[in-house]
Amino acid sequence: MAYDKFNVLESSAVPLPIENIDTDQIIPARFLKATERIGFGDNLFRDWRYNSKNLPKKDFVLNNNTYSGKILVGGKNFGSGSSREHAAWAIYDYGFRCVVSSFFADIFRNNCLNIGVLPVQVSAKFLENIFNEIYKNPDTIIKVDLEKQIIKIIGNQMFESFEINEYKKGNMLNGYDDIDYLMNIKNSIEEFAKKTPL
Amino acid sequence: MGNTLFDKVWDCHVVHRINNGPDVLFIDRHLVHEVTSPVAFLGLKNRRAKVLFPDKTFATADHNTPTKNQHLPVKDPLSANQLKALEENSKLHGISYWGLGHKKNGIVHVIGPEYGITQPGATIVCGDSHTSTHGAFGAIAFGIGTSEVEMVLSTQCIMQPKPKKMRININGKLNKGVTPKDVALFIISKLTTSGATGYFVEYSGNVFKEMSMEGRMTVCNLSIEMGARGGMIEPDKKTFDYLKNREYSPKGENWKKAMRYWLKLKSDKNAIFDKELDFDGNTIEPMITYGTNPGMGMSISNGIPKTINQNSEAKTYNKSLEYMNFNEGESMLGKKIDFVFLGSCTNGRIEDFRAFTEIVKGKKKSPNVTAWLVPGSHKVEEAIKEEGLLSILEEAGFELREPGCSACLAMNDDKIPAGKYAVSTSNRNFEGRQGPGSRTLLASPLVAAAAAITGHVTDPRTLY
Repeated sequence: MAYDKFNVLESSAVPLPIENIDTDQIIPARFLKATERIGFGDNLFRDWRYNSKNLPKKDFVLNNNTYSGKILVGGKNFGSGSSREHAAWAIYDYGFRCVVSSFFADIFRNNCLNIGVLPVQVSAKFLENIFNEIYKNPDTIIKVDLEKQIIKIIGNQMFESFEINEYKKGNMLNGYDDIDYLMNIKNSIEEFAKKTPL
Repeated sequence: MGNTLFDKVWDCHVVHRINNGPDVLFIDRHLVHEVTSPVAFLGLKNRRAKVLFPDKTFATADHNTPTKNQHLPVKDPLSANQLKALEENSKLHGISYWGLGHKKNGIVHVIGPEYGITQPGATIVCGDSHTSTHGAFGAIAFGIGTSEVEMVLSTQCIMQPKPKKMRININGKLNKGVTPKDVALFIISKLTTSGATGYFVEYSGNVFKEMSMEGRMTVCNLSIEMGARGGMIEPDKKTFDYLKNREYSPKGENWKKAMRYWLKLKSDKNAIFDKELDFDGNTIEPMITYGTNPGMGMSISNGIPKTINQNSEAKTYNKSLEYMNFNEGESMLGKKIDFVFLGSCTNGRIEDFRAFTEIVKGKKKSPNVTAWLVPGSHKVEEAIKEEGLLSILEEAGFELREPGCSACLAMNDDKIPAGKYAVSTSNRNFEGRQGPGSRTLLASPLVAAAAAITGHVTDPRTLY
């Protein structure tokens, strides 16, 4: 589906320095029963956020008013496990527009790009730097410039460039949609289908 | 430079190449289930688009279906609503739908091969990460998100950059009590859950050659657990014999034509892989996991490894052991078990039920263990009955449930209660995966059977 354009994002960030955060933690399977894309943000990190009595767990970062913003910063191998796009929806619906980590699982990264959440992969050292700066000053602003492919910590002026496939970058900058692209080559797809061996 | 098996299948499916962008890849088979499809169908509706090739699309209900009393209406209104949506969407778009109660119903990755929908050299996708299962037939098969499900429904194509290629060679002879599940858990424990991210894996060596098709499916199924997009195995006589005369397998002249293509599906001798790894099959023991990701596995007779030094990793590691209520260095043998789950797209096939039955035959289920035995499909269920396994299982105090994903992801009522331990033949031991607060130990059907009999973690080799 088409989504909002993404160009420059300047925001404070929410730190989650845990590795291998899997999509079952981002959104547990029992919340995948909707037939529409609504309300997933309420259940983002459900079992880390709420106890068995549905009361907020005080020690979880989303329940801590000190930290807020449109950028989620997670530990290495973020989004591993299930292909559920609901994980990316939950992150978007909660209000995040960018996830920063030193490593992303493949399917999760694709899902993010497909719905307009920018996954920014940085070096382990830069990630540590971001965490340190946020803990020092929770209002630290992180600037993510998609056009220039630069992520910068405004407080200490440290920055790093990040990779993104040119095509996907164009889609995000312009709010273009993959299916529109494919619909325009439908004739060649149908021709191709006639020649496939299976 | 020669081509890999993966190159050969990928390259002949590229419809269009985008400069500095992904390839537009044609998809031969699209498998659809109730949980990741409704929003995709809604997207089609909003675009006023149709399913481009309904005959290349197959729908089943498996993720949230009950495994008891499937003849009754589904109690949970949200699950019932998803099932209804898939039924209606399938009807509207002319897609075959094998819903609850249909004799072909079962877990999407179990029925695909059973009916010959899965074929060598095909590109297969599904909104489920364990789609990698179908790679056992020499297909390129991988999981996709819902936006991509909509893309495939409407255009039969997907846009993906071509992944890098990895080959994992395992030669040698597997020891007694070592199953394909152990081989996979062994590989993942070596590579970690992100060791193959960005790669498509080919499994090679005599260990995989000698495996049954069911075993190969178990191995390929778990490829995603080391981060790989998928895994595949060169098709051979076993593959072709398995597929011959299945409902959707090509017949007559078409079979011959398909065989001409299939016989070419092997990596050239001079093919280059971006990464190549070798392991010795003789050294693999029955495996079990002790933590909260599938990479945290070890030989069943070992102790839990000591904390890794690095700061950030130690934090995650300790969080994981705390969740499991285990300590470094501890042995898993003798740990009390509350639940045993045999099933899932990883280990819900007939061979898995044979292995389980082999251990429990003539013994009695521990009264402290609740065991859920869930066949992967009605076809598996039938085979369990026909082969006489059911009576042996019942004699030992077990009952058979009806097919579905069940406790693998606990979307239905099959939930492991908080704090309880389950030895599970499924694929993920993530926190809360089998129910909020549940604690999962992943293992083979043999280890699951041994735990079901003794009530604690037991080396199955002591029970033969």
